[in-house]
Amino acid sequence: MSRDKTNQKSIRDMIQENKSSNNQSAVMEKVVPKIFLICAVISIFTTIGIVFTLLTETFTFFNRISIVEFFTNTRWFPFTSDENADFGILALVMGTLTVTAIAMIVAIPVGLAAAIYLSEYASAKTRKFIKPILEVLAGIPTIVYGFFALTFVTPLLDKIIPGGISIFNALSPGIVVGIMIIPMIASLSEDAMNAVPNSMREGAMALGATRFEVAMKVVLPAALSGVIASFVLGISRAIGETMIVTIAGGSRPTADINVTESIQTMTAYIVQVSQGDTGYGTTIYYSIYAVGMTLFVFTLIMNLLAQFISRKFREEY
Amino acid sequence: MGLINKESVKKKMGSRVAANGFAKFLFILATSFSLIVLGVLIYRILVEGLPYLSLDFITNFASRMPERAGIWAALVGTIWIMAVTAPVSFILGVGTAIYLEEYAKKNAFTKFVQVNIANLAGVPSIVFGLLGLTIFVRLAGLGSSVLAGGLTMSLLILPVIVVASQEAIRTVPREIREASFGMGATKWQTIRRIVFPAALPGILTGTILALSRAVGETAPLLVLGALAYVAFVPENLLSQFTVLPIQLYNWTSRPQEDFHMLAASGIIILLIILLIMNSIAVYIRNKFHKRF
Repeated sequence: MSRDKTNQKSIRDMIQENKSSNNQSAVMEKVVPKIFLICAVISIFTTIGIVFTLLTETFTFFNRISIVEFFTNTRWFPFTSDENADFGILALVMGTLTVTAIAMIVAIPVGLAAAIYLSEYASAKTRKFIKPILEVLAGIPTIVYGFFALTFVTPLLDKIIPGGISIFNALSPGIVVGIMIIPMIASLSEDAMNAVPNSMREGAMALGATRFEVAMKVVLPAALSGVIASFVLGISRAIGETMIVTIAGGSRPTADINVTESIQTMTAYIVQVSQGDTGYGTTIYYSIYAVGMTLFVFTLIMNLLAQFISRKFREEY
Repeated sequence: MGLINKESVKKKMGSRVAANGFAKFLFILATSFSLIVLGVLIYRILVEGLPYLSLDFITNFASRMPERAGIWAALVGTIWIMAVTAPVSFILGVGTAIYLEEYAKKNAFTKFVQVNIANLAGVPSIVFGLLGLTIFVRLAGLGSSVLAGGLTMSLLILPVIVVASQEAIRTVPREIREASFGMGATKWQTIRRIVFPAALPGILTGTILALSRAVGETAPLLVLGALAYVAFVPENLLSQFTVLPIQLYNWTSRPQEDFHMLAASGIIILLIILLIMNSIAVYIRNKFHKRF
């Protein structure tokens, strides 16, 4: 009897409990999505923060240095008294573009060839062996590549190139940035080529085409949008690359480029200023934001271009 | 009536086959170029770095004298930064992914968030450094502290974690969600007890890989004003700090050969740390990954 009683009581308790926990979970059902929404909104605030930061500080910079001088002057010579200082972004942009161009001369042919080999020629076994190695290459920190550029590639170039090469130059970091980008271009291009259906390859082969002809005349044209998008993303990476060019490129901004001589890129300048003892509020302090803004715009255009190419020119099969 | 001129096909055949063979040779050459570079890079670093590598090298502070210099401060600094970055980026990243995959309606706002994350992934890391310098170091008044560095790093790797988590959540099949709803579970209960555990291996793999990228990242912390020469370890979140890559940069940028060898020793340690992190990620992926 007594047992029944307790049972009765406990059922009421259970219902009561259940009700309150239902209330609780109802609250949770309402609150939890809000919390996750806040997480998602933070990524938007990050973008807003970047744009806002760069814009306001760049604006302060343009109050001191005219925007016309910034874009037309070809000399970048900030570390001097204010009257003599030159802030012509062209010198830094040329440095960046030189390194990027050298990098792409290395990365595009090698990366594309590796992609064609992996997707059209290699056996599954070979691919299983090579892809992890490419991933390892892609995961090596840029500081390590910078060390490699300064202590191995530059001395090597010094021996190869008649007349030698200065310790800091554009060629060595350019080549090493290219090496760094090879895995990215190889794997993105390979993805694009893998998306081309096998029936197209088999059709071409049935007509008597060699593997090379299949790759160049069937697969590559079909995958072209993805392949070109990978090049553009590679360019964007090269433009934003910092440590390799800071370590091996030197700090001599110049608009007339000689690849065996020291240069300075936009990214390297930002690092140079942050490493020095430049006070807050000086023109030099604000100049890194103007340089950062230019850098941001360059890479944003490249990224949007890559998205546009892969969306607009994709051939669906 | 021969539509195909057999003679001319035959005549061209030799050169076509030769072109194929030659191209294959070039493609293999290009592919092995990467392997050779990796081999040379590791060989060079081992040759230069091994002589200085010892227990003292790990437990000593940086020093003007190469034979006494070590990476203790940098190593501890890296761990401090990770202690901030790992939880912050994990919570924000997974939260964003769950929102986008489970709660968000297919509308313009959701698409905007998605595009925004894709674009954030393409922003150069040094620009994140400028963001951190303005927002965390100056505006929030944190100074060049562990907290400022860790938060900046969190934002930097956030897009990677979001994308990896989204992919992991997407692989959880609809059926087991429906089954959970069918048992009377609410949406949050389903996510917490069914979807999240099922997606966790993928999420963890992505997070560890993203963190390993943060361990090797130098530029944003340099811009934040992380110190290059430190003879102390951080005591709390507001302490100044250095990290491993910055210490390596400092040694690499000195002209003396001895410091380059120190840098190589440090690079060995850095690569070992990354190797361990990547192995853990691969292990989790292989061990716990369920195919539905």
